[in-house]
Formats: sequence, C-alpha cells, structure tokens
Amino acid sequence: MSAATTHGNTPYYFVPGPSRHPAMAAFGLFWVILGAGQWINGHGWGAWSLLFGLLWWAFTLKQWFGDAIRESEGGLYSDRIDASFRWSMGWFIFSEVMFFAAFFGALFWSRGYSIPTLGSLDNALLWPDFNGLWPSNAPGSTASPAGTVEAFAIMGPWPIPTINTALLLTSGVTLTIAHHALIAGHRARTIAFMWATVLLGIVFLGFQGYEYHHAYEDLNLKLNSGIYGSTFFMLTGFHGFHVFVGMLMLLFITLRLMKGHFTPDRHFGFEGAAWYWHFVDVVWLGLYVIVYWL
Amino acid sequence: MSAVLDHPTGHVHDHHDDHHAPTGWRRWVFATNHKDIGTLYLLFSFTMLMVGGILALCIRAELFRPGLQFFNPELFNQFTTMHGLIMVFGAIMPAFVGFANWMIPLQIGASDMAFARMNNFSFWLMIPAALMLVGSFFMPGGAPAAGWTLYAPLTLQMGPSMDAGIFAMHILGASSIMGSINIIVTILNMRAPGMTLMKMPMFAWTWLITAYLLIAVMPVLAGAITMTLTDRHFGTSFFTPAGGGDPVMYQHIFWFFGHPEVYIMILPAFGIISQIVPAFARKRLFGYASMVYATASIAILSFIVWAHHMFATGMPVTGQLFFMYATMLIAVPTGVKIFNWLATMWRGSMTFETPMLWAIGFIFVFTMGGFTGLICAVAPVDIQIQDTYYVVAHFHYVLVAGSLYALFAGVYYWGPKWTGVMYSETRGKIHFWGSLIFFNITFFPMHFLGLAGMPRRYADYPMQFADFNALASIGAFGFGFMQVYFFLFVVIPMMRGQGAKAPQKPWEAAEGLEWEVPSPAPFHTFENPPKLDVTATKVIG
Amino acid sequence: MVGLTGLSALASQAAWAVNDLKGGPAVNQINLQTPVTKIAQEQMWLHNMMLVLCLVIFIAVFGVMFYSIFKHRKSKGAVSANFHESVKVEIAWTIVPFIIVILMALPATKVVVAMKDTTNADITIKATGYQWKWGYDYVKGEGAGIGFVSTLDASHRAMSDSGNPGEVDDYLLKVDNPLVVPVGRKIRIITTADDVIHAWSVPSFGVKQDAIPGFVRDTWFKAEQTGDFYGQCAELCGKEHAYMPIHVKVLEPKAYSAWVADEQKKIAAKADDPNKEWKLDELIARGEKVYTANCAVCHRPDGKGAGPIKPLDGSAIVLSDKHSDQLEVLLRGRNAMPAWTQLSDTELAAVATFTKNSWSNKTGQVVQPAEVVAERAK
Ligand code: HEA
Ligand code: HEA
Ligand code: CUA
Ligand SMILES: [Cu+2]
Repeated sequence: MSAATTHGNTPYYFVPGPSRHPAMAAFGLFWVILGAGQWINGHGWGAWSLLFGLLWWAFTLKQWFGDAIRESEGGLYSDRIDASFRWSMGWFIFSEVMFFAAFFGALFWSRGYSIPTLGSLDNALLWPDFNGLWPSNAPGSTASPAGTVEAFAIMGPWPIPTINTALLLTSGVTLTIAHHALIAGHRARTIAFMWATVLLGIVFLGFQGYEYHHAYEDLNLKLNSGIYGSTFFMLTGFHGFHVFVGMLMLLFITLRLMKGHFTPDRHFGFEGAAWYWHFVDVVWLGLYVIVYWL
Repeated sequence: MSAVLDHPTGHVHDHHDDHHAPTGWRRWVFATNHKDIGTLYLLFSFTMLMVGGILALCIRAELFRPGLQFFNPELFNQFTTMHGLIMVFGAIMPAFVGFANWMIPLQIGASDMAFARMNNFSFWLMIPAALMLVGSFFMPGGAPAAGWTLYAPLTLQMGPSMDAGIFAMHILGASSIMGSINIIVTILNMRAPGMTLMKMPMFAWTWLITAYLLIAVMPVLAGAITMTLTDRHFGTSFFTPAGGGDPVMYQHIFWFFGHPEVYIMILPAFGIISQIVPAFARKRLFGYASMVYATASIAILSFIVWAHHMFATGMPVTGQLFFMYATMLIAVPTGVKIFNWLATMWRGSMTFETPMLWAIGFIFVFTMGGFTGLICAVAPVDIQIQDTYYVVAHFHYVLVAGSLYALFAGVYYWGPKWTGVMYSETRGKIHFWGSLIFFNITFFPMHFLGLAGMPRRYADYPMQFADFNALASIGAFGFGFMQVYFFLFVVIPMMRGQGAKAPQKPWEAAEGLEWEVPSPAPFHTFENPPKLDVTATKVIG
Repeated sequence: MVGLTGLSALASQAAWAVNDLKGGPAVNQINLQTPVTKIAQEQMWLHNMMLVLCLVIFIAVFGVMFYSIFKHRKSKGAVSANFHESVKVEIAWTIVPFIIVILMALPATKVVVAMKDTTNADITIKATGYQWKWGYDYVKGEGAGIGFVSTLDASHRAMSDSGNPGEVDDYLLKVDNPLVVPVGRKIRIITTADDVIHAWSVPSFGVKQDAIPGFVRDTWFKAEQTGDFYGQCAELCGKEHAYMPIHVKVLEPKAYSAWVADEQKKIAAKADDPNKEWKLDELIARGEKVYTANCAVCHRPDGKGAGPIKPLDGSAIVLSDKHSDQLEVLLRGRNAMPAWTQLSDTELAAVATFTKNSWSNKTGQVVQPAEVVAERAK
C-alpha cells in the first residue's frame, strides 16, 4: 500500500461523509444494555440480546475502523488529523485514569475510614464483636461486621502477581523495541517483537485467570468476601479487562503491520495502542504495590 | 461514506457543492456534519425537556393540595427521580452539546468537529439510553425511585429498572466523554490561524473548560454506579456495612462527580451570556481575561467542595469547616463574572431584543440562586435546610433560570443563523415575560416552604404548607404552558422557515466568525481555514 | 380537564382552616421555625445575617445594573464607551467579595464547632430509622432501658390515601409514641438505621442527622422550653418517606421522672413470662395490637402488602404449620423485611398467631412464646 504521507491531494482537514456506522453501533449497544439488564435479573433471553448486540457492535466497529484505515492509508489524513488523534488518545487515557480513581478511592475509603469506623468503640453499639482490621482476615479480625463473610485467605504478592509484574514490564520493553524497529524501518523485527508483546499480554491474562481460580478454589476469596473481596476483584478485574482491550489493540496493530500499514514517520495507530499499553502497565504497578503489598 | 474514497481528490477544492448535502432520513441518521448533529442534539434535548417537564407537572399536580389525589407515593418517587435524571442528563447537558456542535466550529473557523463520525456516535448513543430510561417506567416494579442521586442502599432495593438505568447512565457517560474529547480536540487543534486561545470567543472557552470537567468526572460516576451494580447482583459489599462497606462512600464518590456536574450545566451558559451581553450593549466584553480565569477557577474549585451536599451525614468538624469554606469561595469567581457583565453593560448603548432580555433575566435570577447556594453552604444553616424545598428552590433558580434561560437566550440569538429566518420579537417577548413571571411564582414560594421545614421528595405534606404548594403548582403549569407556546409559536415557525429572512448578521454589534457566513449557515463552512484579522473576529481572505 | 380539577381544588383550598402548629410549621410560615435551642437560635441568626447581607449586595449590584439598563440604552441616545478592562476594578471586585465571604464564614465556624460537640450529655438516646418508623432506645442517663417504636398515626396515613385529608393541625405529624425528654438537659441522639438511610430532624431544635445503616452518628440538643416539637424524616427512604414523622415531647424534669417511672412499670408488666401458655383468642387480641403498631404500615392493615412488600394474607410462610418458617423471618428479617428482635417473645408469638388467623388466613394455629424463645436461640 501507498505510504500514508501528506502529499498533494491530502485535504487540510479531512471530514468524512455521511456514515452509517455510528447509528449502527448505537443500535448494537441498545441490545447490549437491554440484554445485560434483563439477564442479570434472571431473564435468559437477555444473554442472547447481549450476545447479538455485542456481535453487531463488533462487526460495525470493524467496518468503521476499516473505513478509517482506508482513509488513513489513502493519504487523506493530514498532520493536523494526526495531532487530533494524539490529543484524543491522551485525554481518553486521562478519563480512564479517573475511572480507576473511583475504584482506588473505594479501596482507600474502606481501609482508611469505614473498616476502622465499623470496628470503633462507638460502633460497638451495633457490631459488638467486630474487630476492624485490614486485610479483613488478619489475625484477630472478624472478616465482616455481621459475621456473614466466610473465612478466606488473602492473595499475597507472591508468586503470581510478581510474575505478572515481570511479564508486563517485559512487555513494555518488547513494545519499545518494536517501536524503535519500526522507526528504523526494520519491519520484520517490529512484527516479531509485537507478537512477543501480544503473547506476554495473553500470558498475563492466563496467569490472572489462574490466580482467580486459585482464589476461589483454594483461598475461598470471592467477590462476596466482604469489602476485601469486593475491592480486590473490582480493581484487578477492571485492570484485567483493560489488559484484554490493550492486548486486542496491539493484536490489530500487529495484523496491520503485517499488511504493510504504517511508515517509519507516520504510525500513530501504533503509538496510540502503545500509549494505552503503557497506561495499563502503570496502573498495574499501582495495583501491585497497593493491593498486593500494602 | 465511501463516496469519499472513490475520488479522494474531490476534497482539495473548496466548492460547496462538492459533496451534495445528503437528503432524507439518511441526512440525519448518517450525519457527520456538525450542524446537523447539533440540530439533532437540540431536538433531542427539547423532547426530553418536554418529557421531564411533564413529569414535573405530575409532581406539581400531586402536590397541589395535601393528600394523595393522583399518584401513590411509590410512583411519585419515580416521577421525582426520573424528572431529575431526564432533565439533567437528557435535557440540559445535550442541549449545551448541541450548541457546542453548532457554534464551536463556526466560532473558531474550523470546517467541522475533529471527529465527525464519533460526533454522530455520541449523539446516537443517547437514543438507547433515553429509551432505556423512559422505558423503565414499564418494567416490573416501575422506574427507579431512589432520587436522581441514586443513593445506596436504597438503590439496592430497587427493581430491575435500576439496572436498566445504570446501563443507560454508562452509555450516556460514554457519549459525554466522546463528545468532550471531540470538543477539546476541535478547540485545541482546529482553530483557524490567528485564532489564538486568548482571542477565542467566550463560549468556546467555557466549553473547553466544561469538557475537561466532563472527562474528569463522568468516569467517576460510572465507577460509582458500577459498584452499585455489583452490589446489587454480584455479592460485593461496597455499600453494605454488613460486609465492611459504607453507604456514605457512595455519596462521596457520587458528589465528587455531582458537584462538578452542576457546573458542567452552568459554565456553557455563562459562555452564551458572555456572547450576548456585549452584542446588545454594543461594547466589547469587559475583562475577557478575567472571565477566562474565573471560569477556570470555578472549575478547579468545583473538585474540592463536594461534601457540601453531605453536611447532614455527620462529618468531623474539620470536614464541615473545610467544605464550607471551599464552597463559599466559589462566590468570588462567580461574582467576577456577574460584575464583568455589568461592566460590559455600563455605558454601553443597549437595546433589548429577546436574547438580551433572556440574558438579563439570567443574570438577575441566577444571582438569586447563587445567593441561596451560598446560604446552603453555611453548614449550620444547611443543617436546617438540607433535603428541604429550600434546596429545590436553590437549584431550580440556577438550573432553570440559569441553564435553561441561557439556552433560550442562545436559541433566540443564534436561531436566525441556524434557520435563516428571524423569530417574531413579540412572541419572543411574550415567551420571556411569561416564563419569568411563572418561574418565580413556581419556585419563589419553595424558599419559604423549605425554611419552614417541608422536606423534599415528599408525596404529601402537613396542612400548613398547603397554600405555597398550591401557588407553586399553579406557577408550574403556567411555566409549562409558556414552553408549549415557545414550541408552537417560535420553534415550529422557525424550523419551517416562516418569518422574515435573517440577514447574515442580524445583531448590529455581534462579533465573531459565525456572523461572517450567510444565514442560514451553509452546509459546509470554513472547509479551508479562513484568514482572520487581528481581533480574530473577521474573515479577511 | 386538569384545569377543571385545578379550579375546583383551588376553591376548596381557600376554605382550609388550619392553625399554626406550635413546635411545628406555622401556616404559610416564611422563615425558620421558632427556635427552642441555642443552636437553632444561632442558625436562625446566621440565616438572617446571610439573608440581609445577600439582599444588600443584591440590591447594590442590581441597582447598578438597572441604572445602567435605564440610562445606557440606545433609544435614549447612549453611545457606547470603549473601555473593556481595568485591572484595578477587577482586583477590587475580587478582593471585596473574598473579604465578605470570610466575614460570613467566621460566625458560622463557631456554630459548627458548638453543633458538633456531643460530649457530656445527660441522656443518650438511640434513634433507629426503619422503613418506615423510628425506634427509640434510651441508652444512658435517666430512663435507660426504655425502648419503643414510634409510628405515624394510622388515621393520618389513611387520610392521606383518601386524597382529602381533614383539617388537622398536626396532619402527618402525629405519632403513637412520642419521644419524651426533660427540658434543659443535654440530650445526645445517636442515629442509625436498619435498612436504608433516613434522617432524624427536628427544625425547632436545629437538628438534622442522617441515620445510616451499619454506622452510628450523633447529634445533640438541649430544649429550653417544654411542649411538643415536630420533625420529619429528611432523607429519601422509599415509598413511605413522607410518613415517618418525629414527635418530641419535652417535659419538666419532674414530669419526665414520672414518665420514666411509669414506662418502667409498663416494662415490668410487659415482661410476660415466656413460658406462659396462651389461649388462641388472647394471643390474637394481643397480636392485633402488635400488628397495628409495627407491621401495618408496610403490610397494610388488610395484610395485602404493596409493591415490594409481601402480602401476609394467603402467604405460604404464614400459613405453614411449621411455625419456625415464619418465626425465622420475624427474627432474622428477609430482604426489605427488618429483623424484629426488639419485640418480646410474647409479642412475636402473638403477632404470628394473629397473622395466622386473620383475613382469609384461618389456620387455627397457636404460636406459643416458648417457640419464639427456641427460634431465637437458633
Ligand atoms: C447549575 C447548577 C448549580 C449551580 C451553578 C450551583 C451553584 C452553587 N451551589 Fe448548588 N446545587 C445544585 C446546582 C447548582 N448549584 C443542585 C442541582 C443541587 C442539589 C442537588 C441535589 O441534592 O439533588 C445543589 C445543592 C447545593 C448545596 C447542597 C444543599 C443541600 O443539599 O443541603 C449547596 C451547599 O453548599 C450548594 C451551594 C452552591 C453554591 C455556593 C453555588 C455557587 O456556585 C453560587 C455562586 C454565585 C453567587 C454567590 C452569586 C453571584 C455572586 C456575586 C454577585 C458576588 C458577590 C457575592 C458575595 C460576596 C456573597 N448547592
Ligand atoms: C436540570 C434541570 C431541571 C429543570 C429544567 C427542572 C424543571 C422543573 N422542575 Fe425540577 N428538578 C431537577 C431538575 C430540573 N427541574 C432536579 C435535578 C430535581 C431533583 C430530583 C430528585 O430529588 O432526585 C428536581 C426536582 C423537582 C421537584 C422536587 C420533587 C420532589 O422533591 O419530590 C419539583 C417540585 O416541584 C420540581 C419541579 C420542576 C418544575 C415545575 C419544572 C419546570 O420548570 C418544568 C417546565 C417544563 C415543562 C412543564 C415542559 C413543557 C411541556 C409541556 C408542559 C408539555 C405539556 C404537554 C401537553 C399539554 C400535551 N423539580
Ligand atoms: Cu425515612 Cu425518609
Ligand atoms: Cu454542589
């Protein structure tokens, strides 16, 4: 394919013509939220609606991105559009940071305020037997104020989370190597290291899946293990979901690289995915320290 | 869509007839044009204003006299909740996004929004969400009835419609975030050469700052309701003390979103007013730079005041004091804005067409709402009035007489540019005076009710409150009637193109690039960046 | 149509003859309720101060604006001046409001500190919010050990439903068992809740405190007058939110002591021997009282329930001849149904028997207090 550089017939700022994708994508999401809402309330058909909506939506996105990629490779995107993509990816990641902030906030609030308060002298009026400590299965503590939470063991940093940390850090390195290779024009090397990165992401997810299995089966640590279980699974699960999405992004970028997309000096699609991956990486470091160590 | 790809060279010319304006339903459903999408947003929000308004009238009908005449208390709570949600997320926010879509590219000399397809996606996302919200009335157990603030643990008792509501809010949040990113990028990256940030029209400035507020807090709301969802269905105990959680934690997270949210609904209004006042005072906006700084200060302060909604939850003394002081500080930058508008009028040469009337009405009545806000901010006083009609009065003064008035002002001001026809001045004035009078009849007595202790979200109330409630209900129906009048006699004729043809610049002293293009604004404008004069308000080539 | 109903209602509106409610709202009252505590007085003062200051600023600001609007209009030949900046004025109108705001905050600070000082209380009472009633337990001080539930008068609730309430001065504010406290003593109220958040508030005391499930919060008041004082639940708590008032009776210390003595006698009398064997009709009679006082708000007097509230009439659990089915729900709660452990064994046995033999339920079963004792021990 032709190199996506700015040349004679690139418009100042390309504005796409009418497109059916947005409305179609919204149509898909209608079935997603309708289905999800019904499914969790015990209506089996909700699952089908959800599945249909998701497939519809994914299919639409594929077409949509296909259009965008064709426009990009067709040389319609000027440098200014490139800059737009940069701004937008940056602020999108910022909004994701705020999403995580809500869940980290919940963790800080529980550890710093609600657990100590529930176990305080004043609250002994309501929960006389509760000894509020963190983690809530620490020696001498009672897993939950009402005593409704079954005993569980907490997830330590060793070994899986640490291995996962190493995996993610390594993936950051392989990704950077791939980037340098792309800039230097070594396409084969780029692709190889991209595959390595994707693979590291998949292995990470595999380990996390195993970790959850271990938590449920061996530690009796579950979503309903009181506030500890809630925050643990919400934070790590939401992060895992982001790893999954980031991994998909990298995968598609890799496939595009194999098709010959991107040039040494214009490859924001690559960089955007890389930014996202690094963001996911940094969040993990926060999790690793705060959730597993502290 | 792919027509573009077939002959990509078509775009280098700036002939307007290059790609034909699409017609029929495809023009709207497949829209990528910022003006069409703006129109869609505005129509959507007006529809939601009607729906929310009818719910408000149901509330007022029930409260007309003591005793339950029309609805049972359960349904009443659903009305209150859905009225709040629909007005906030369905009427006011999308209306401002509609204005942003229409005006920002025109004002900064850009060809369109930065991401035209994503722009349409932001719009269409609201349709499933709105269907879900309105549809929740027909789900078993009825619509959510936990107040628009959706406090846990009451939300944990709600029926399946609560989940529909939560997913709808997720989708709306995604729509807002995409919309904001679009606006930020458009403003930062697509200004015509010479349009420096500090020459940009105030409306664009206020939206830039609002967009930042949105991307910072919408995800936080999403987080809060996600936890509600998992508490409801997946056994987590974020808000359940029995498992070590805390219902008040929900409130902290919600209001961390909620307070900036109320400024999201007022900052663009400030922007609109800042455009209109100079145009009709025939004098440049006083203190442009300080307007920008004041807007930014309000936005920054809005992140550290959230717990003023929670004075009655029982915070430590230091918490109450901190949040009281921080909240009261917001009066300072807001005052700066009021004073700047005043100074703009001062020794101007004013005329009072409808947009100016609404703008002055805005300043006058919004300030009353600001003052009652300040009174709420005084923690000991708030202990008396929190969760009473005083708060209801406060926020309708800032939301209806604030946000909604500014929206009306904007419709009259820019409507000729959108539709190409002038509205009827007489009708505009009837709409204004009627609304102003009925608005005050509706909401002024609520201050008294609140001070006297009438709690909000009540389907029935002690006898002593009867008269003021009756008065408020009468006012509400009058106010609603004025909006029907507006729709039938102002909006419809303008949409049909009935009325005097609008000149390119209907307002003698209006400034800005939007007045440099014909009325109605052609389908494509500024496809190549215009050359601007030094003030960045005129196109010179 | 709406207009017609509106008009006819308006006509009846004017005919309403209600009086001011002492200790509650007055007819068409426009300011805070008459304070009967220091704190409420200070709040009133703060509010009036804020109101006056804001009014003065408002008049000043809009005086200027309307002057300008009348003088500087084009129709009067005004020509617009050319200034659009002045660092001096802008600094002035930043600093001056800043100072005003600080001046407003200073007296408020004092009151916040006083408000939050709940130490050294003479009497401590726990107020628990239930959907939809208040439970009071005297925890410390004179009267410790007394406990009861306070519910809106059923006739008021019925009036509300009828859509045409009578002209009673304490409409929606009358309860069966008011909270009783002595005058001039510092009363600490500990709030908590059983199900969702409620708020315990009495305007004339200047008190409003959310009652949060699982947590305790506190507030205090020292009434300076005897009399009856009223408030209402001030946090949305579900459908009957408007129907869980608060009524505080403030008595002279002597009268209070007499009340306490009386209550304690009643407690002693109530402490029925849980081993006593009761007859069916005795239990039904007793149970009806318990039902009306505690259960009827939600399950309705006809036992049909409403919305998420389960009907008892025809309920399998109620009809079951395995008594522990029902007792378990009574004692441990289920979903929206709170646990009723605060009722005595005899009361629980009575109410269970009552429900098993009322409306269309005709089981003839008798639940004895001893069975409740056994279930409690499980
Ligand atoms: C557009 C929306 C909007 C805006 C702009 C505001 C503006 C303000 N609000 Fe309001 N507020 C709401 C929407 C808004 N609010 C809503 C929706 C709720 C209820 C939510 C719910 O519970 O459902 C609420 C509730 C609310 C509360 C909680 C009340 C309670 O529940 O008990 C408080 C308390 O502090 C408060 C304070 C303020 C303050 C101090 C301002 C300030 O920004 C106002 C500043 C303006 C001025 C002060 C006037 C102009 C200034 C001058 C002329 C300068 C000179 C003045 C002085 C020196 C005093 N608001
Ligand atoms: C965001 C903006 C917004 C707007 C514009 C409004 C507009 C109005 N609001 Fe709203 N209101 C809120 C936001 C808003 N409100 C919020 C956030 C709450 C809190 C909710 C909560 O507690 O959780 C609230 C709560 C609230 C209450 C308190 C309810 C309670 O506590 O139980 C009341 C009571 O009077 C009320 C009244 C009104 C009225 C009369 C209007 C009027 O201005 C409406 C005027 C508009 C119309 C009336 C539409 C016109 C159309 C018609 C009239 C069509 C008629 C059709 C035919 C004739 C066929 N509102
Ligand atoms: Cu209890 Cu409202
Ligand atoms: Cu606020």
